[in-house]
Amino acid sequence: MSERPPRADPAVPPQLTPAGGPAADLAVEPGEAPPLDTAPTPPGTAPNLLDSLPPGPIPPAAAFSAAQAEPCLAVRDLAVSFRTRGGTVKALEQVGFTVGRGEIVALVGESGSGKSVTAYALMGILDAAGEVTAGTAQFGGTDLLHAPERTLRGIRGRDISMIFQNPRTALNPIRPVGKQIADVLIRHGGAGRREAPAAAIEMLRRVRITDPERRARAYPYEMSGGMCQRVMIAIALACRPKLLIADEPTTGIDVTTQAVIMDLLTGLARESGVSALVITHDLALASEYCDRVVVMHAGHVVEDAPVRDLFAHPRHPYTARLLAATPTGHASLADLASIPGSLPDLRRPDLPACRYIGRCDRALDSCQVSLQRREIAPSHLVACNNPL
Amino acid sequence: MSETLPLLDVAELSRQFTVRGTTGGLLARLRGGAAAAPKLHAVDDVSFTIGRGETVGLVGESGCGKSTLVRVLTRLLDPTSGSIRLGSQDLTHLPARRFARRPERARIQMVFQDAGESVNPRYTAFDAIADPLRRLRRLRGAALRSRVETVATQCGLPLALLPRFPHQLSGGQRARVGIARAIAVEPELLVLDEPTAALDVSVQVVVLHLLARLKQELGMSYLFVSHDLNVVRLLCDRVLVMYLGRIVEEGPAGAVFANPRHPYTRALVEAIPQIGAEGAPERIRLGGEPRSPIDPDPNVCRFYGRCPRGFARCAEQMPPLHEVGPRHRAACHLVEGG
Ligand SMILES: Nc1ncnc2c1ncn2[C@@H]1O[C@H](COP(=O)(O)OP(=O)(O)OP(=O)(O)O)[C@@H](O)[C@H]1O
Ligand SMILES: Nc1ncnc2c1ncn2[C@@H]1O[C@H](COP(=O)(O)OP(=O)(O)OP(=O)(O)O)[C@@H](O)[C@H]1O
Ligand code: SF4
Ligand SMILES: [Mg+2]
Ligand SMILES: [Mg+2]
Repeated sequence: MSERPPRADPAVPPQLTPAGGPAADLAVEPGEAPPLDTAPTPPGTAPNLLDSLPPGPIPPAAAFSAAQAEPCLAVRDLAVSFRTRGGTVKALEQVGFTVGRGEIVALVGESGSGKSVTAYALMGILDAAGEVTAGTAQFGGTDLLHAPERTLRGIRGRDISMIFQNPRTALNPIRPVGKQIADVLIRHGGAGRREAPAAAIEMLRRVRITDPERRARAYPYEMSGGMCQRVMIAIALACRPKLLIADEPTTGIDVTTQAVIMDLLTGLARESGVSALVITHDLALASEYCDRVVVMHAGHVVEDAPVRDLFAHPRHPYTARLLAATPTGHASLADLASIPGSLPDLRRPDLPACRYIGRCDRALDSCQVSLQRREIAPSHLVACNNPL
Repeated sequence: MSETLPLLDVAELSRQFTVRGTTGGLLARLRGGAAAAPKLHAVDDVSFTIGRGETVGLVGESGCGKSTLVRVLTRLLDPTSGSIRLGSQDLTHLPARRFARRPERARIQMVFQDAGESVNPRYTAFDAIADPLRRLRRLRGAALRSRVETVATQCGLPLALLPRFPHQLSGGQRARVGIARAIAVEPELLVLDEPTAALDVSVQVVVLHLLARLKQELGMSYLFVSHDLNVVRLLCDRVLVMYLGRIVEEGPAGAVFANPRHPYTRALVEAIPQIGAEGAPERIRLGGEPRSPIDPDPNVCRFYGRCPRGFARCAEQMPPLHEVGPRHRAACHLVEGG
């Protein structure tokens, strides 16, 4: 891991605006740099989608360094709420983070902390009861949260693709998986009808599906959970996205296959500048394969740091608890400690400034009314009045 | 004596699926085999037991047959051959459909791999948990409500979430509904297919502690399928390692993790990600092309071709399970003779 070649340089923080006060945001101003080029690749230069996958031709890494100042995705001040019978759920508030080009960012946090809702909001596929009430998400000159549906339809599935948390329900149950991949290749990957089936089989092979020629004809119900997951990954990569949003991409996949898939993803990031937002519960996975980690709690971003800093020195009390709850070298189950308390009810009209206050052993009186968000170390952001 | 009988006794169990498609049919015809459709050997000649109060982990590569095995055990699928006994009751020939409605159903309960998928979208969390209690325990009214609330609390599910529908819950919240539903009828054997995959680490700790406590209090046995080997190591007494439909290693959890004997188990244990693995050795990646589960050659080790230590004999003879330590066995020619 220490030998990992540099991707997006985490030491180049995208124009950070360290600031205090309750209204300050962890997120970043996108700045005035020219927008990222989202024009489709000219047909002549995209003969085969597999070229974008290792071991295809590798564009020089230097080609991306110029673009690094301009992140691939800059989310700022995002707020989402859901109308429910019991009141309005303030699922996200002031969520901000950036994903640099070729950078792999992990989004971690407890169940219900708002990771999937963040992804859905970015993809414009929130549940009908949900609404984006504030914020911007700059992606190559387009604000994903406010662009017209027609623009978004062009971006989704081509420039940004998503791997869903429930792979089986995201696949079409009555179409063989090979055809489903070929469909995407034809629609978004520049493949012709003739070569698409063979390219689909090749994609299956790359995500380690055994006997891909024959398994291409299988229906989703005929595949194991982990195999459906890998089919989803193949579909998501088929269209050569600039940004991949992966909701628990390797949950339900064994560690040896997980290694292959994460190698594939990190290879794409390194060699083709693909950026990825990887939603995961698995801090060990984040630690081995991601560049930066964004920690969410109850709809807030509480910490955002390069992976090494975060694990070596977590600054938010919640992050430290999260680490302590992760099974690694523990001797017995009794040594594992869950995080005391539970997420606050996000329907409460009087949510405290820091939503962790009810569970925190370092809380100050001020945490009820204001929350300081600051850059505590280079590109290490924390939202806490009394950080570790 | 019934005390000496294992709770679950599985012998020579196999389950195959017919594969559609012209290539296979054509190949089979060329080979001269009549109209023999190709068969996918999802579970192939698997035998093991689970004692009362024992927690057994089932691990292995994605697609190796773990879910198929547990679906056959819980009689959601019929076996192709072999036998399944629960205590003194032979479950093998109970048709899968009938078993679902019998009171004995309460003796084995299952938590599914994909909680979001197995929970009925029109059921509230309350109804999902109440369903087996209504069907198998005939509880109604206040008794039903109180039992539902008890198990929800045991699983760390806030009561305020009980009126919600699955799409209004996060993935982890749905997983907790699935676990509460399964333990509601206090089964003797709880089969858990990746129950914590959708859970965050904090809730996972709560659930693992809960499982450990229920095991002590109720003497429940578990078959625990998981990809998280750190969890399996902490929770399970014994581990079964599957590879392409077959058990390739089994033994006490401590021994299997500290001293894996099958080359596949070794690769698996080495691939466990670690936090702050800075300076950790580069992970060993299994190379080679995996063998197909469709009509596999019965005389070739299933791991041959990917095995870093494979040799000529592995392509000529399927290795049987060899004794390598106390209650510890591995199916590899290299460990023959212990
Ligand atoms: N349609 C909805 N109606 C009401 N509340 C919702 C809805 N969808 C999500 N929520 C709530 O929003 C919050 C965030 O949910 P989200 O699914 O983003 O969590 P998550 O971080 O992805 O969790 P997990 O790790 O369990 O998948 C939760 O409190 C959830 O209950
Ligand atoms: N209904 C079915 N028809 C045909 N093949 C099937 C069917 N169900 C499962 N299979 C095949 O059986 C094999 C074993 O699948 P199973 O779901 O048991 O794997 P698993 O070990 O649970 O994998 P995972 O860890 O990914 O959940 C796979 O090759 C799968 O494609
Ligand atoms: S110290 Fe205060 S701000 Fe920091 S986590 Fe605890 S309650 Fe929140
Ligand atoms: Mg989620
Ligand atoms: Mg499975």
